[in-house]
Amino acid sequence: MRPSSVRLRMLGAVACAAALVVAAAACASSNSSGSATSSNSDSGTVTVAVVSNPLITGQMIPLTESVFEKQNPGIHVKFATYTEGDLRAAIQKDVSTHSNAFNVIMIGPYEAPLFAKDGWLTNLSTQYIAGDAGYDASDLLPPIAKSLSYQGDLYAVPFYGESSMMYYNKSLLAKAGITMPQHPTWTQIAGFAAKLNQPGKVAGICLRGLAGWGDNMASLDTVVNTFGGEWFNMNWAPQLTSPAFEKATNFYVNLVRADGEAGASADSFNQLLTLYGQGKCAMWYDSTVAATSIATTYPSVYAQTGYAFAPTDLTQSSGWLWSWSFGIPQGTANSGAAWKFVSWATSKQYDSLVASKYGWSAVPPGSRTSLYSNPDYQKAAAPFASITLASIDGTDPDHPTVSQVPYVGVQFVDIPQFENLGVEVGQQIAGAIAGTESVSQALRTSQGDASQYTPSELSG
Amino acid sequence: MAVLERVNPPVTTAARPRAAARRDRWLRRLPLLPALIYTIVVTQIPFLVTLWYSFQSYFWDTPGGAHWTGLSNYKTVFTNPNFRSALWRSVIMTVSAVIVAMLLGIAFAVLLDRKFFGRGVVRTLIITPFLIMPAAAALIWAGPMLDPNFGLLNYLLTPFGIHHEAWLSSHALGSVIVVMIWQWTPFMTLIVLAGLQSQPNDVLEAARVDGASALAIFRRITMPLLRPYIELGILLGSVYLVNVFDAVRLMTNGGPGTSTTNLPFYLYEEVNNAFDVGGAAAAGVVTVVITIIVATFALRMFARVFQFEGTS
Repeated sequence: MRPSSVRLRMLGAVACAAALVVAAAACASSNSSGSATSSNSDSGTVTVAVVSNPLITGQMIPLTESVFEKQNPGIHVKFATYTEGDLRAAIQKDVSTHSNAFNVIMIGPYEAPLFAKDGWLTNLSTQYIAGDAGYDASDLLPPIAKSLSYQGDLYAVPFYGESSMMYYNKSLLAKAGITMPQHPTWTQIAGFAAKLNQPGKVAGICLRGLAGWGDNMASLDTVVNTFGGEWFNMNWAPQLTSPAFEKATNFYVNLVRADGEAGASADSFNQLLTLYGQGKCAMWYDSTVAATSIATTYPSVYAQTGYAFAPTDLTQSSGWLWSWSFGIPQGTANSGAAWKFVSWATSKQYDSLVASKYGWSAVPPGSRTSLYSNPDYQKAAAPFASITLASIDGTDPDHPTVSQVPYVGVQFVDIPQFENLGVEVGQQIAGAIAGTESVSQALRTSQGDASQYTPSELSG
Repeated sequence: MAVLERVNPPVTTAARPRAAARRDRWLRRLPLLPALIYTIVVTQIPFLVTLWYSFQSYFWDTPGGAHWTGLSNYKTVFTNPNFRSALWRSVIMTVSAVIVAMLLGIAFAVLLDRKFFGRGVVRTLIITPFLIMPAAAALIWAGPMLDPNFGLLNYLLTPFGIHHEAWLSSHALGSVIVVMIWQWTPFMTLIVLAGLQSQPNDVLEAARVDGASALAIFRRITMPLLRPYIELGILLGSVYLVNVFDAVRLMTNGGPGTSTTNLPFYLYEEVNNAFDVGGAAAAGVVTVVITIIVATFALRMFARVFQFEGTS
């Protein structure tokens, strides 16, 4: 090799090395500037990661701009809107790597205790609520507040809370000669669905099929629980192929395949809300919060809508427990301003603000006791207010199913591994709903997915 | 087409004095340097980081950060049936989409090569799918076209007794491949059309004078002349379609089950659902190695295409 070309290569190598150093320095400087701006400042930009549900995109985001930012001129709120699955991924990435791109994150009873245990969340009780006399945290619904707490302190506060219940179209049921009981059983529901189903026109029952632990698995888990199934037994051995789990899954999959909406494996809350709102579902089993959206968006269907408790089999009640809540990641910038936003969006004043703009029936439900004793709300939301409250009060995340289980959570298992496991099982169930595989095949694969963790890993 | 330009051999500089030659070489390299550095920063550094993480156990949902695990991530990749099936699905999707798009492309190109009234308009219409953003195309197909309740396709098929067919559930893989074909047929058409229009007219005329049938002319003259264009179309199509992500993510999200999970989507899921940074990095490295092997093979073919073009 000629000396000149050797020198040239060396030069090239030096150039590459220089580029590396520059890039590394760029990373390093961005890191240090990130931590330098970390402060408790009461002003500045607050970036909020939220789920794209109607109550958030249709009410909270516009109200933040038109009211909150006017009242707090020093604070600018930016929203990052995601679907449920994408939100989880974005938040998990953000808090575990401490990148702190979000000053406020929207989480639920699954994340709050786990993140708190890992030291990823700010203790709201001691940091802010104790010194904020106007906030009135004792007014939060007890089951919701408990599910967002870790060692007795709140790590997230609810924007809205929900259980699950059955919606039905009163005129369609009357035409078919069906009377819906207040507390139906799944066997009754399956009978009704078969009678009500008009293929191509109206689905007998609309059920979630989209893969995701917060999507199809939320609905299916409540069925599994009331059929006596469980994710793990007391020794943390996976139970996905147990007779009860299999019976419940077969029931759910057969029901949605026979009398459910077409293309169910792509449907979750938002899709089903549209279908139900257009009168294409005779019955719909989903979140209690849907009532608020039906009331505000589909008035003609709302007038025909009846409500029943989540159907049961072996247990007394079977509704799930969830709330979309705000937490503040540990060590985030502008945390003072972040709390100002969080306390505003979860306050009683926010409820009256929504009521003045959109009417009382549009107020985010299921988070505060005072809302349910408010005569205006009782009147405006009369058809669904009391059943929502009773459904939330009827949940017991410590005892979700017939036998004792080692985990907490109705429609989830509150362990870190469930984030992945729940999605994997959800995909298998979606496959079974779409008909690409059988239920027993889907559950065998799921059992295998669950068996990759040892009991000691699972019990933490 | 411009892509098939003749490549001139570099001017030899050996005769000139060494210093001048070096200066000359640098002058020629200098304009390239910013692009080179940029490429290194955006591709090679991330790759080195990926390589580093592929030897780490690093889960985003577990506190404690990353720690060294040696080769265990690679062991998992090679024993994981999901990785293998995603790889296999990538092959099926790419091969079937490229072949069908090329066959349709040839057919359209032959039709467009004739003179008829409104040819310009028809040609523009046929190219349109290729000009639409892949993400927008995927959303249009998933929603207005294939939706089981509101979709246009079901509406059009109702007279034939098909209604409320959930295409994205019952024929998920097929639906995704159809969209890939729909987007890439125009590209193939354009390339083959360029080939058709570069045919020497005198040869075709001579064949006609000699009494050759239209079919014989197509088989004996047109097809051999088109070969390099077809090869190029297949090569470029494969390069782009093997990493298709938009259609999978937006139409089926890899499902139902894992029936449309191809390799890019599998990697995405490993990070975004399983939060397994190390495992995803290892799978990524394996993918890169496989891609390099396939690309070397393909580039050799590319070189042959150029050679063919240079000697003809």
